[in-house]
Amino acid sequence: MRLTCSVNGVEQIIDDIWPGESLLYVLRERMGLPGAKNACEQGECGSCSVILNGVLVCACLVGAGQVEGAKIITVEGLAGEKDLHPVQQAYLDAGAVQCGFCTPGLIVATVDLLESNPNPTDSEIREALAGNLCRCTGYSKIMDAVRLAAARGNK
Amino acid sequence: MAKLPEIQNASLPTKQRDRVSAPVLGGIGESVMRPDGALKVTGDFAFSSDLWADGMLWASTLRSPHPHARIISINIAPALKINGVSAVLTHDDIPGSKLYGLEIIDQPVLAIDVIRFHGEAIAIVAADHPETAKRAAQAIEVEYEILEPVVDADFAISGKAPIIHEGGNITRHVPIRFGPQNIKADVVVTGEYEVGMQDQAPLGPESGLAIPSDDGGIDLYISTQWLHVDRAQLAMILGLPPEKVRLTLAGVGGAFGAREDLSMQAHVCLLAMRTGKPVKIVYSREESFFGHVHRHPGKLRYEHGVSKEGKILYVKANIVLDGGAYASSSPAVCANAACFAVGPYECESATIDAYVAYTNNPPCGAMRGFGAVQTAFAYESQMDKIAATLGIDPIDLRLKNAMSRNSLMPTGQRIDSAAPVAEILEKLRDMPLPPLTATTAGHDLLDLPGGASNSTHGEGVVRGIGYAVGIKNVGFSEGFDDYSTARVRLEIINGEPVVEVHTAAAEVGQGLVTLKGQIARTELGVQRVVVRMSDTQVGSSGSTSASRQSYVTGGAVMTACIAVRDEVLLYAMEKLGHLHPHLLHFRSTYKFINGEIRNGEGTLVSTLADLLKERTFECTREYRHRATTPIDPVTGQGRPHVQFAFAGHRAVVDVDIETGLIKVIEMATVQDVGKALNPQAVEGQIEGGTAQGLGLAIMEEIQVVNGKVKNPSFTDYLIPTILDMPPVRSIILEYPDEHAPYGLRGVGEPPTISSTPALVSAIRQATGLALTRIPIRPEHITLTM
Repeated sequence: MRLTCSVNGVEQIIDDIWPGESLLYVLRERMGLPGAKNACEQGECGSCSVILNGVLVCACLVGAGQVEGAKIITVEGLAGEKDLHPVQQAYLDAGAVQCGFCTPGLIVATVDLLESNPNPTDSEIREALAGNLCRCTGYSKIMDAVRLAAARGNK
Repeated sequence: MAKLPEIQNASLPTKQRDRVSAPVLGGIGESVMRPDGALKVTGDFAFSSDLWADGMLWASTLRSPHPHARIISINIAPALKINGVSAVLTHDDIPGSKLYGLEIIDQPVLAIDVIRFHGEAIAIVAADHPETAKRAAQAIEVEYEILEPVVDADFAISGKAPIIHEGGNITRHVPIRFGPQNIKADVVVTGEYEVGMQDQAPLGPESGLAIPSDDGGIDLYISTQWLHVDRAQLAMILGLPPEKVRLTLAGVGGAFGAREDLSMQAHVCLLAMRTGKPVKIVYSREESFFGHVHRHPGKLRYEHGVSKEGKILYVKANIVLDGGAYASSSPAVCANAACFAVGPYECESATIDAYVAYTNNPPCGAMRGFGAVQTAFAYESQMDKIAATLGIDPIDLRLKNAMSRNSLMPTGQRIDSAAPVAEILEKLRDMPLPPLTATTAGHDLLDLPGGASNSTHGEGVVRGIGYAVGIKNVGFSEGFDDYSTARVRLEIINGEPVVEVHTAAAEVGQGLVTLKGQIARTELGVQRVVVRMSDTQVGSSGSTSASRQSYVTGGAVMTACIAVRDEVLLYAMEKLGHLHPHLLHFRSTYKFINGEIRNGEGTLVSTLADLLKERTFECTREYRHRATTPIDPVTGQGRPHVQFAFAGHRAVVDVDIETGLIKVIEMATVQDVGKALNPQAVEGQIEGGTAQGLGLAIMEEIQVVNGKVKNPSFTDYLIPTILDMPPVRSIILEYPDEHAPYGLRGVGEPPTISSTPALVSAIRQATGLALTRIPIRPEHITLTM
């Protein structure tokens, strides 16, 4: 099957997709965008988080056919030409990155959170990121990163 | 046609290498930012599951649905008939050794005639699409004669169980007899404790890309903890000389012990060699649970003899660990369990027997804490029980018995560097406590046990506080030749001195890649450091485990840098003349700083750029920590460890005694790290290790029922989320170990050890229950209250 959609502002036309493929597979293996990660492929870990038509989703749970004509933003679409996205920079500054496998998903989820709630409480941060597993950090520095990004955004 | 970005091709490590070279400020002691951090936040960092090569095939594995069976026949014909399938291999297709193993070579690469655990690999398939490969693997017909599995470790070693491997079901027995035996005590406290099977659950699945080369060899891009031990095993299996098996570390999505054994490495290489094409394997999460070893579950039976005043007089411990179907690193885990069975306490007499058994359960091996986790739960539970029996404060009891420098281990080994156990306990006790959770109007549900499920508004909620302290060895033990290799090169590029550091050490997320640059900057006074991708083109760095890489690979980088510095100084003398007025000093007083050489008085001798010009200085050095000795097989006496690390935790919990749900309010911790080479990274290790300890205490267990794994997914195997993990309050102590580079002490494992028993202790305090099994489940609380 053929799929036409927009990813990070770029029109994509992909042929010969097997209809059983997920959006995650199409991004990673057919569009060359491996930023969304494949840690559980059943919607539990959030590593494959992308923004689909303005909604935060797990790309592993979305069928390729469901994104026909859709607008998708992945972690690769966040940084500017020269500078990182403020959320990406905050993750670096706070030391919230260790192995980095959960990082793209967490960053996309954090961008989504701060867009709707630029000044979240700790409780709101925890609730918003509860769908993103991290095995390295114990989340303390992820909390720091989100607080830092929010504080910088509110300056 | 799909657009393939530059990052997705076989030469991708080059791109990564260039990006890693971005100049970063800072030497040791500073919270230098990760050089791979920018790639990781943009999604450009190439993990082993992200690799791609032209004409690449995908592989899948057929695994046994039975824990114990005899294979009658395997029919691969139906799989080969499927369109798109290139190869189907069984054990018959292995050119070299059909068995492998880290310590004992007992595990088939692909099952030969007997299945010994649920999920054992039987056949592998390469095809043009992952789904095709998966379906082809499922199409393989295997006829089994199902056998009764041996699923209880006590039974396995009782002498009555069927033998799982030739030589018997005791993989190793480590006895320790320390001090006078069979002494009497005023008070005797016994306890029996059980630990469930924990999984490392690194987020990155097992994966890699193998590319056959023109010389008949193989290039493997892989996530692992130890490139050279993988290579040694692969060369044996593939029937190739080691130099034809070239491994490059691809991005590693966490490890925690799960990547110390081979998983898919041999499978992917076998298929690449058979098909002549690049082959990639990426495990699903379910397959990951079957494809790597786990933390040993175990039963620990303890008897403490103590005086009325609370002094430990003797400790008797019988520890039985379930090693599962194959040995993996079980022998070393067993030795650790025995050596650390008493904990960070002095005692005059110890009688310890640790066993690790073969069963038909999933194989167990390395996981963060490595044998010291299971015993810490037992001995710290005992300490609380003794305190309660004697009516002594649990902290005071621990302080009375705390080890310090010059204390003896039960192996008879003297601790010859700092052992600030008492200070750790005192600092934990003195840290401010978090306030009680508000249960009045307007409170936040997420702060209460059960959270958003709205199971309580504070009724039935009881606060508990618990303490624990732990001990663990750093580095490989028992006489192992534990070393690392580093190649360091200094040259002038565009008028600027540049250092390149090359090791084979696995960066798994912990930040060694940052540290190697910090050390090079400190030793050579050069701002720009290129840390090359780790591969087998340089000597072994040993394993990224046992909290050892900062120590051993850090030591190797330091030593190689010093060698380069010495060569540069000799060259300076030759070039500038031995009688140059600024060189008339003993060379050890020279400083390399800001790209310049200055003498002891601070006078400029030369800039590196002026001195070196076109010349390149390169040194490769090995670093070994002090030698250790084996332990006596009868008495367990010896000097098996090079360094000891100590950490303690205080846990504060709210328990809803009506539902058994637990909210961890805060984890506080104190750890001696000798020297914090990168304070932010040290905190990251402490916080992450604490979380894994929390997981073992109240969440994480692989459910194995009659040999079958029931929960191989993140839906059913729960690791802590950001809602489960409380804030961590940490105090880092820096008592330098005079024997270690920069005085450092391994950091990674200790936080995982004391976290679990502290949390269990807090839940006991809240509930008054004995709670002798971890992880604690809600029904352990509600059904016994």
